[in-house]
Amino acid sequence: MLPSLAVIALLLAVWWASVATTGSVIFPTPWEVVTGTGQLVRDGSLWLHIGSSLLRVATGFLLAVVIAVPLGLWLGWVRGAYITLNPLFQILRPISPIAWIPIAILWFGVGNASPVFLIFISSVFPMIVQTITGVHTIEKRYLRAAANFGVSRYRLFRQVVIPAVLPQIVVGMRIGLGVAWLVVVAAEMIALRSGLGFLIMDSRNAGNRYDLVIAGMIIIGLIGLLLDGCMRMLEGHRLVRWRYAH
Amino acid sequence: MRTKIEIENVSKSFSAGKASLKVIDGVDFQVGDGEFVAIVGPSGCGKSTLMNLVAGFIRPDSGSIRIDGVARNGPSARGILISQHGSVFPWLTVRENLEFGLNGRPETDKAGIADHYAGIVGLKGFEHSYPHELSGGMLKRAELARALAVKPDILYMDEPFSALDALMSLRIRNELLRILGEEKHTVMLITHDVEEAIHLADRVLVLGQRPTRIQAQFDVDLPHPRRLTSPEAQALRAAVLRELGVQE
Repeated sequence: MLPSLAVIALLLAVWWASVATTGSVIFPTPWEVVTGTGQLVRDGSLWLHIGSSLLRVATGFLLAVVIAVPLGLWLGWVRGAYITLNPLFQILRPISPIAWIPIAILWFGVGNASPVFLIFISSVFPMIVQTITGVHTIEKRYLRAAANFGVSRYRLFRQVVIPAVLPQIVVGMRIGLGVAWLVVVAAEMIALRSGLGFLIMDSRNAGNRYDLVIAGMIIIGLIGLLLDGCMRMLEGHRLVRWRYAH
Repeated sequence: MRTKIEIENVSKSFSAGKASLKVIDGVDFQVGDGEFVAIVGPSGCGKSTLMNLVAGFIRPDSGSIRIDGVARNGPSARGILISQHGSVFPWLTVRENLEFGLNGRPETDKAGIADHYAGIVGLKGFEHSYPHELSGGMLKRAELARALAVKPDILYMDEPFSALDALMSLRIRNELLRILGEEKHTVMLITHDVEEAIHLADRVLVLGQRPTRIQAQFDVDLPHPRRLTSPEAQALRAAVLRELGVQE
């Protein structure tokens, strides 16, 4: 912890020194970023931007979870479905969500639906893939034991398949949420009137307020760290801890 | 003694690419109701394949396998397989594992049965533990208890204790004998440990090299508790080892 703080402090010092020595009028000093942030906090717009971005991420991400997990379980379990649909997913998966922006605008306009759609697109594929991998890597001895005890299909899924795959689903969710957070900011740069991405573009366009640009960037980074931390806590949950406890 | 398991001229090959590898070549034997039969053989001879056939996880190419006179058709809860690597579900607690096979009973009954068998194998107090919190020996006990809880007619044990250290293996063997004294089960045990076979079984079958068939069989006419150091046990051990091609 201490060394990482030292590196950040060093970086801030170098930043400050370079702005001071070059006498740049556009690039802000760290202190100007702090006062800029203070301004955003006081007029309340910071919370509005953060709230909008988080709401979009939450909507798109949860939508993706609801689709990806059952779909992934089905594709992982039913071989025919996997063979039929996997090539399609492998083609769609590497397309950057940014490439979908024009289509999102065409289909959903410039309201909230566009970024939600982009977040959905970006996080649904990693989660599908992880869930499928989860099903495919269930150790055969467990399926065999379930078959031996002759349990119903419902019980097989509830007590064997889903718990066995859950750790992989959580990994998929962590990846998915990370991508979602990357994408929301990018999506908000294109249009809209709120969100952290909007804050960055708007601050630049409305009078070269680079202090606010950098403030926005740092806040995005911190929230991303926080989100990832939450997903990490999920990995410590009772239901998936067995996977990591060896 | 009534016949429980009847294996008649069973053969099985596996294909690897174009080549076909014959693993089991015309195996015949019977296991009586309540009998404990141990099967020993050189490693790689197809012991586990034979077990998987009898337990119903794979089908023979030819020959017949009958349980209680009825042709084997897939696995069933009336014969539970306990294998070397174990299959206690790591995501369920000990109690949940023990309740796993108890379909269609009221929840309170299930918990009662689960706790009863946890007690029998010496896991009292660990009902709410997860498998990763247990030692290897305790994990084996949990697996045994889970199998016993469904009151199977047959226990199929495929090198069940080979991953344990010698002391723990001996302990669990003694406990298995104690439990079998209380609840009668037919047991088919696969092992490479001749001493273990003589310690536990009523009869020892020796398999030959692959493609395997029954090469010899020995009755173990020794009363329990057995002393493996007794001259009779030692003589039997030497005889089985000779059959396996090992001279002492």
